[in-house]
Amino acid sequence: MRKILTTEAQTSQSGRPAGLPANSVGIVEPQSHTFPGPFKLACGRVLDEYTLVYETYGTLNADKSNGVLICHALSGHHHAAGYHSENDKRPGWWDHYIGPGKPIDTNQFFVVALNNLGGCHGSTGPTSINPQTGKPWGPDFPPLRARDWVHSQAQLADHLGIQQWAAVVGGSLGGMQAMRWALEYPERLRHCVVIASAMKLSAQNIAFNETARQAITSDPDFRDGRYLEDNTLPRDGLAVARMIGHITYLSDDGLGKKFGRELRSGTFQQGVEELVEFQVQSYLRYQGDTFSSSFDPNTYILMTRALDYFDLAREYDDDPVKAFSHARCKFLLVSFTSDWRFAPERSREIADALMHANIPVTYAEVESPMGHDAFLLPNARYENLFAAYMNNVAREQDATGPREVTA
Amino acid sequence: MRQDLDIIHNWIAPATRVLDLGCGDGALLDRLGKEKRVDGYGLEIDPDQIQKCIERGVNVVEQNLDNGLKNFADQSFDTVVMTQALQTLRFPHLVVEEMLRVGRECIITFPNFGQWKARWHLAVSGRMPVSDLLPYEWYDTPNIHFCTFKDFEVLCREHHWQILHRQVVSESPVSGVLKDFLPNLFGETAIYHLTR
Repeated sequence: MRKILTTEAQTSQSGRPAGLPANSVGIVEPQSHTFPGPFKLACGRVLDEYTLVYETYGTLNADKSNGVLICHALSGHHHAAGYHSENDKRPGWWDHYIGPGKPIDTNQFFVVALNNLGGCHGSTGPTSINPQTGKPWGPDFPPLRARDWVHSQAQLADHLGIQQWAAVVGGSLGGMQAMRWALEYPERLRHCVVIASAMKLSAQNIAFNETARQAITSDPDFRDGRYLEDNTLPRDGLAVARMIGHITYLSDDGLGKKFGRELRSGTFQQGVEELVEFQVQSYLRYQGDTFSSSFDPNTYILMTRALDYFDLAREYDDDPVKAFSHARCKFLLVSFTSDWRFAPERSREIADALMHANIPVTYAEVESPMGHDAFLLPNARYENLFAAYMNNVAREQDATGPREVTA
Repeated sequence: MRQDLDIIHNWIAPATRVLDLGCGDGALLDRLGKEKRVDGYGLEIDPDQIQKCIERGVNVVEQNLDNGLKNFADQSFDTVVMTQALQTLRFPHLVVEEMLRVGRECIITFPNFGQWKARWHLAVSGRMPVSDLLPYEWYDTPNIHFCTFKDFEVLCREHHWQILHRQVVSESPVSGVLKDFLPNLFGETAIYHLTR
């Protein structure tokens, strides 16, 4: 039987107001913690201190063995599930998969989601004030690698009293962090869940990211990244960057099914000169505009660079088998058939390396027309297999509690 | 548990590494793990079966066997097992070759098309046999390469695969007795243990 611990880590959940779905974690409130430095980054620079903003869902059990860390993708942040208020129109970014009775079941697990270092939703990043200058960091914020995030997440785990995660879970860029966790802190996680991810980006992926960055930096309002000091914002550039990204996260088929060649305005009638606008155009512009009013351009540049730099096996003689032979946890890998940005082949490479290293792994290739975004969307097969796997994780921890793992 | 799985269980040494091709619901790997400390992976393509493996906590990797085993290194497993899947493969002989490259030994089970019921059905009704064991019509069956025990042994000879053990099982009591005298006529399922 688990004893309920009351710690400051617990979410201040004020119950579930009548208007919210029954399987929602309800109203949640972000918390923040400032970690004293010095915090040395992979690039060699040092942060004197840094703040992380995070949310937690569920309850930490007595032996603190039921923690699940959610690593976010490129544009994600600490708000992964539930609502910030009753009037909140949309829940957290992974609400389909986190909550009571959902695959990451908050009746079983204590879920921690954070805004990564370098983010723009409260954690220390380019929009924070650089203590040395008294001005926003902007483009001077140090470049980050996935390993910097993992090290800062380990400090967050220490702060929460979690010695070992039941699972570290992430999709896309989050999956890269989860894999890095397995190599950097092998004794600190029992399961690693990597969804729609890769051991490194392809040249095509890097090309898309570069195009997105160019869209931002060539906006006249970018001002070499010092737009906050100048009170401008390269909104249009960021919107275009997001549009490029958005196209690559969907599939041709998915876009076709959703919009086809449907018109929003205008006509092809002969003798009429009126401009024609397709539905897909206005959808993309809407996505771009929404994003550019909530995300920081320097953070977008920083995060896409971290994606580009990631190469799981670089320090292990470029040998993924050698890299994974350091891992001590079990792995679940999931990919989606129409995901061409992080194609199933990339996940299969991970599965092959893990099998070669004799590490326990389960891999499923889920049929979906939704492209890369499929990992965030409802999908019966994905939900069932994810739930079954996490159920085993929970059962295991009930049976044994935290596991002795030696690196 | 199916009779063929019982026999395979006996043939696999404790604490070895097994790759189970077309592992189904993972029952064999589950039992080998629990009773013999065998570890390994199942390869499967059917989503429902993969789900069952995950529920059991068996390591399962989604992979189409018709694409070969190129992703596995030579001799990286002690035993490569394939139960009741040979007849569903596009090129069965190539997969067996691969099994013997990846594993030191392999164990293969398949339904016997030379069994009297199949022969009788075809002889009398003039139609392809449909039975409990082979419950498909000819046009929608996953079984595209049926063979008899005799056929399989010819294949083994031609490829110089060495047969370590051979056992024939039959679920019905009458066939159970007769299978030892006329295996190709009365055996329902063959289990072959091969090496190079």
